[in-house]
Amino acid sequence: MKSVVSVVALVAAALLGSTSVRAADVEVIHWWTSGGEQAAVSVFAREFDALGGDKWVDTAIAGGENARSATLQRILGGDPPGAAQFNPGRQYEELIAGNMLLDLTDLATKENWAGFIRPASISEACLVDGHWWCVPVNIHSWNWAWASIPAFEKAGVPLPTSFDDFLAEAPKLKEAGIIPFAIGGESWQINGAFGVIQTSLLGLDKREKILKDKDLELAKAEMPAVFEKFRQFKQFSDAGSANRNWNDTTNLVVTDQAALQIMGDWARGEFGVAGEKAGVDYACLALPIDHPTVSTGGDIFLFPKQSDPAVEAAQLKMASMMVNPQVQALFNNAKGSMPIRDDVDMSLADDCMKRGLEIIKDPANIAVDAGRWQSNDTTGQMNDLVAQFWADDSMTAAAAAEQYVTILQNAD
Amino acid sequence: MTQIAEPGERAAPGFAGTAAERKPRTRRKFNIQSVLGTTPMIATAIGVFVICIIFSIIWSFTSSKLFPNFNFIGLQQYERLWRTDRWIISVQNVFVFGALSMVGGMIFGYLLAVFMDQRIRQEDLFRSIFLYPFAMSLVVTGLVWQWMFDPNLGIQSAVRQLGWTNFEFAPLVKQETALYGLVLGGLWNGVGVTMAIMLAGLRGVDSEIWKAAKVDGIPTWKTYLFIVLPMMKGAIATAFILSATGVVRVFDIVIAMTQGGPGVSTQMPAIYVIQHITDRANVAQGMAAATMMLVPVMLIIGLQYLFQWNAKRKAARI
Repeated sequence: MKSVVSVVALVAAALLGSTSVRAADVEVIHWWTSGGEQAAVSVFAREFDALGGDKWVDTAIAGGENARSATLQRILGGDPPGAAQFNPGRQYEELIAGNMLLDLTDLATKENWAGFIRPASISEACLVDGHWWCVPVNIHSWNWAWASIPAFEKAGVPLPTSFDDFLAEAPKLKEAGIIPFAIGGESWQINGAFGVIQTSLLGLDKREKILKDKDLELAKAEMPAVFEKFRQFKQFSDAGSANRNWNDTTNLVVTDQAALQIMGDWARGEFGVAGEKAGVDYACLALPIDHPTVSTGGDIFLFPKQSDPAVEAAQLKMASMMVNPQVQALFNNAKGSMPIRDDVDMSLADDCMKRGLEIIKDPANIAVDAGRWQSNDTTGQMNDLVAQFWADDSMTAAAAAEQYVTILQNAD
Repeated sequence: MTQIAEPGERAAPGFAGTAAERKPRTRRKFNIQSVLGTTPMIATAIGVFVICIIFSIIWSFTSSKLFPNFNFIGLQQYERLWRTDRWIISVQNVFVFGALSMVGGMIFGYLLAVFMDQRIRQEDLFRSIFLYPFAMSLVVTGLVWQWMFDPNLGIQSAVRQLGWTNFEFAPLVKQETALYGLVLGGLWNGVGVTMAIMLAGLRGVDSEIWKAAKVDGIPTWKTYLFIVLPMMKGAIATAFILSATGVVRVFDIVIAMTQGGPGVSTQMPAIYVIQHITDRANVAQGMAAATMMLVPVMLIIGLQYLFQWNAKRKAARI
């Protein structure tokens, strides 16, 4: 009798065991399609496949908006991908509220994520009401400008020490046949650069008061000047900027056709892929130059709930892999972003990233990403407004500021 | 709807052709099988369209974000919609784009049809060439035209390399001209279909008319313009309605050519709708915009019914 029970138990264990180790395909939706980004995402794919059994199925969709839309539609339509990339913040708050994501709390507690993920504002994006709903994989800061050293040398102009300095010297760059200010015409790029200029002009405190606390009076007082300053950059951009991708725009700086681009540190990956060297071929200026800050943008992966337990097991494995210090080092070195933990080997990091890692040590230098406070709807409205202002010279700074205040006022 | 006439069905204008032998239409018997066969399709079409439209309208009065809900907030979504510059620009754009591409399409479509009607050699080949762009996705069309209009890659740089260094032709980079660039791309894509419909209309005109015009000594161009054109109202209405519905939902060519830029100068209502119900996670705002888009569509459908009703009434009189 005893033996029968044990045989049954053995068979059951074998069956159970076999289901839990059954290999699963995990489809991952992301928008990493440029050269540097692909190098980074293939680190994840390789490391995940190397864990054995499960397979990373890559679904790259160009453009963050498109990729997020596809993910949201598929979740709503009942065919969720295994994992999906988002930016940390409010983009996925309704997925959490609607209980559509895999709860990673047990795994996170076991591996003590809260202990090593820093700064706190990064983990806050995933840790909501004591539950972990996603995995932060990197920290990206918008607050950078990328300068081509040969371009500045060709025009005989030193690297800028402030925006005003740059604006004063830009005509010389233009005369030398160089595009002084490289920017792509997509609205998120324009609004991104606008945000950096806003941070530089207002400082972190005022920025937070406007964007987080929605201080309308302060916005009314300060924003016209920001729009005014932003417009001064336009005369130094080129005619081909309409509809240009960010990486094609960065490529203008890489190839020394353009002098300066305000773009997040994902641009560093493009310089890396082109074999450029920081400090020789290009310079990274942490902004504002007199008091450099790091903004807490970046990427997270969330794992929509699945009906298949094998996929769920694979999802947890993937989540754990993404925060692994070794993987973090490889991934972030390729991506040009900062790791979400302190204890990784960043000896491969170039000067620019070391600079960023230095800045992030002091919490006073952290500019919380506006996406934490604003829904995608509000961010989209601001993108539209800033892009319209940039393209339409007949729109006054005062009129733009007024609309800006209206958007803030109605923000949810 | 008229069908594209086979070449040679009617002789060239001015010649005594064989009059098209029309078979008298026999009234078909009521066929129970065909009714049974089409019922599921009818049910799906009505179910999907009508129910979806009703829900769109209902949700436009709610505060739905990513997930639709029934928390009614009155007209707030519409107030925000009509306060938004981008939406107002979109509406203006769709009217300008629509007027230009429909009028342009009609004119060029008719001219091409007249050209094809001249008993040219290789008519089949030309017809395929003119229709070919329509077989291509608007995304492909849009991308190709975007490259041609790109100041650093396309027509402008090509002409400059030939020596005219001040030549400027890059409509998409300026917000004043970007919309016209879109019209050009759209025309190239759609004019073939208008031509095909117009050609069918031309071929449908009784050759006796041509003979009579010839006898009266009316020049060919006048015959085309003042006699034949008014006789092909059906073809014109069909071409008009086809292109009008295409205009209301214009989306892919804009995404491919300008993404709504520079700034928001080439935004279109359909882009507003899609963006709000997807990435911006504001379903109610998107639905409010979609409901507004329904208004002109309804008008167009109403117009179509008016045409049909008019035609029937006339037919009944004869």
